[in-house]
Amino acid sequence: MSAVEEHANEPIVPLRRPGRWAAAAVLAVLAAMAVSFVVTTPALRLDLVAGYLLERSIMRGLLLTIELTVLAMLVGVVLGTALAIMRLSDNPLLRWVAAAYVWLFRGTPILVQLLFWFFLGAVMPRISLGVPFGPEFFSVPVNVLITPFTAAILGLGLNEAAYMAEIVRAGIGSVDRGQREAAEALGMRPALVYRRVVLPQAARMIVPPTANETISMLKLTSLVLVIGLPDLLTSAQLIYGRNFQQIPLLIVASIWYLVLTTLLTFAQSKLERRLGRSDVHVGGHA
Amino acid sequence: MTELLLARGVRKSFGKVEVLKGIDLTVHPGQVVCLLGPSGSGKSTFLRCVNHLERLDAGEIWVDGHLVGYRRAGGKKYEMRPREVADQRRDIGMVFQRFNLFPHLTALENVMEAPRHVLGRPREAVRQEALDLLRRVGLEERAGHYPAQLSGGQQQRVAIARALAMKPKLMLFDEPTSALDPELVGEVLDVMKDLAGAGMTMIVVTHEIGFAREVADHVVFMDDGLVVEAGPAAELIASPRHRRTQAFLAKVL
Ligand SMILES: Nc1ncnc2c1ncn2[C@@H]1O[C@H](COP(=O)(O)OP(=O)(O)O)[C@@H](O)[C@H]1O
Ligand SMILES: [Mg+2]
Repeated sequence: MSAVEEHANEPIVPLRRPGRWAAAAVLAVLAAMAVSFVVTTPALRLDLVAGYLLERSIMRGLLLTIELTVLAMLVGVVLGTALAIMRLSDNPLLRWVAAAYVWLFRGTPILVQLLFWFFLGAVMPRISLGVPFGPEFFSVPVNVLITPFTAAILGLGLNEAAYMAEIVRAGIGSVDRGQREAAEALGMRPALVYRRVVLPQAARMIVPPTANETISMLKLTSLVLVIGLPDLLTSAQLIYGRNFQQIPLLIVASIWYLVLTTLLTFAQSKLERRLGRSDVHVGGHA
Repeated sequence: MTELLLARGVRKSFGKVEVLKGIDLTVHPGQVVCLLGPSGSGKSTFLRCVNHLERLDAGEIWVDGHLVGYRRAGGKKYEMRPREVADQRRDIGMVFQRFNLFPHLTALENVMEAPRHVLGRPREAVRQEALDLLRRVGLEERAGHYPAQLSGGQQQRVAIARALAMKPKLMLFDEPTSALDPELVGEVLDVMKDLAGAGMTMIVVTHEIGFAREVADHVVFMDDGLVVEAGPAAELIASPRHRRTQAFLAKVL
């Protein structure tokens, strides 16, 4: 009896983890090396980085990058959602069209698509609306309609729609069939079933990969270089083309990309928390 | 026509398998009809035909004088457009075995959803009615809870309130207590008894023979896509005539 009481009072020693200390030491050394490299390498020209960070053409490039990202994602999400709903419809023609769209836009390089829209005016001088092979109601020159900016939105947005279509389709597919039936049984018309029941629940599945897509779109916009648009990276390149300070200017561009990515990541986690409100406590019994 | 529901010769196949082989059923206003029968006999399928969640292959179903899902013209029945079918379903409430509450909405929002967005009624009036309905199923104090925060029995009671919010003329229940832990069955059956007492017309698929005996006016026994036997509840349960009914009741009682 007294022996057991003695044991009960013996102190408990947590498991020692020497590996953690070793890893921490190694990382500390590596970090010190990185800091010393940055501070003591004159070629990095941190003074120039600071000087160019808020430079006017960099700012304008940043703005264009943000505009392109927002608009291309808007096109991608709206068109992608429409494609996903077409893909899941009863109408075989709509299903086929949506599948063909995804096949075409996912199956060709985005660079090709950007250039295609940019050079469309060369092969097709006018866009017209009318009866095929018949009278025209309306006709405008393509180079009025398709500026480099609209070519960029078309190229990036239409390509994005193909990826978003798959993401939204998976999200809609994850919603239990009983949800749709319950909504139908209440007398909801098909559009209302989607808007009020299916899409809000699919959103929780759709948001994380969409945030991912937005972050990659942010960096994909730098491809507009090929059609001569001065986005963030292109603006940095234009400057180092003149002064040959490649590294400092690449650091400037990277800093801005990191800032934007950080903001997006923050927005993503806020949105996810908002959508997850309804499962504060999952697992009430059946 | 005095009957609220009239089904005649309802047939339904899934692929090559005929699941309903000609079902006839009459339900009068205020009646409670229980559908009994072994698993796979077509009870759920029939119930889903009543609000056109399934298309018919033959026969017809009338609810409150309207042909469900079809329009008659020139000796034929033409299938309605989805939005027309949706509008017909407003008068028919349905309660599912797995509750199917909307998980992204609170209990109160679940109940308010259809009157607000199907009927477009004003928010405050709908809110008051929804709170009254939640009180009626004993869940007023859970109004702000999400389905995941409720027990199965509570979820099913919210689901009943949600269906009642559309003021349906007919309520369909598909095994409303089969997914519940045994100690939670009673609270849901109690709500259903109150509803029957208040004069609601109900078709209930159930294995709760006690409920059928106590509450139902009429019991219909189905097997293999056919109505084997139908009659007054007490009589049919106490002295079934058909051998298959006897065998089934012997197993579940
Ligand atoms: N959507 C469906 N597709 C194919 N077969 C189905 C479908 N729904 C039900 N069935 C089949 O129809 C038969 C009757 O099912 P059901 O009406 O659910 O019976 P019950 O509700 O009486 O148990 C079963 O054999 C079932 O497998
Ligand atoms: Mg069933």
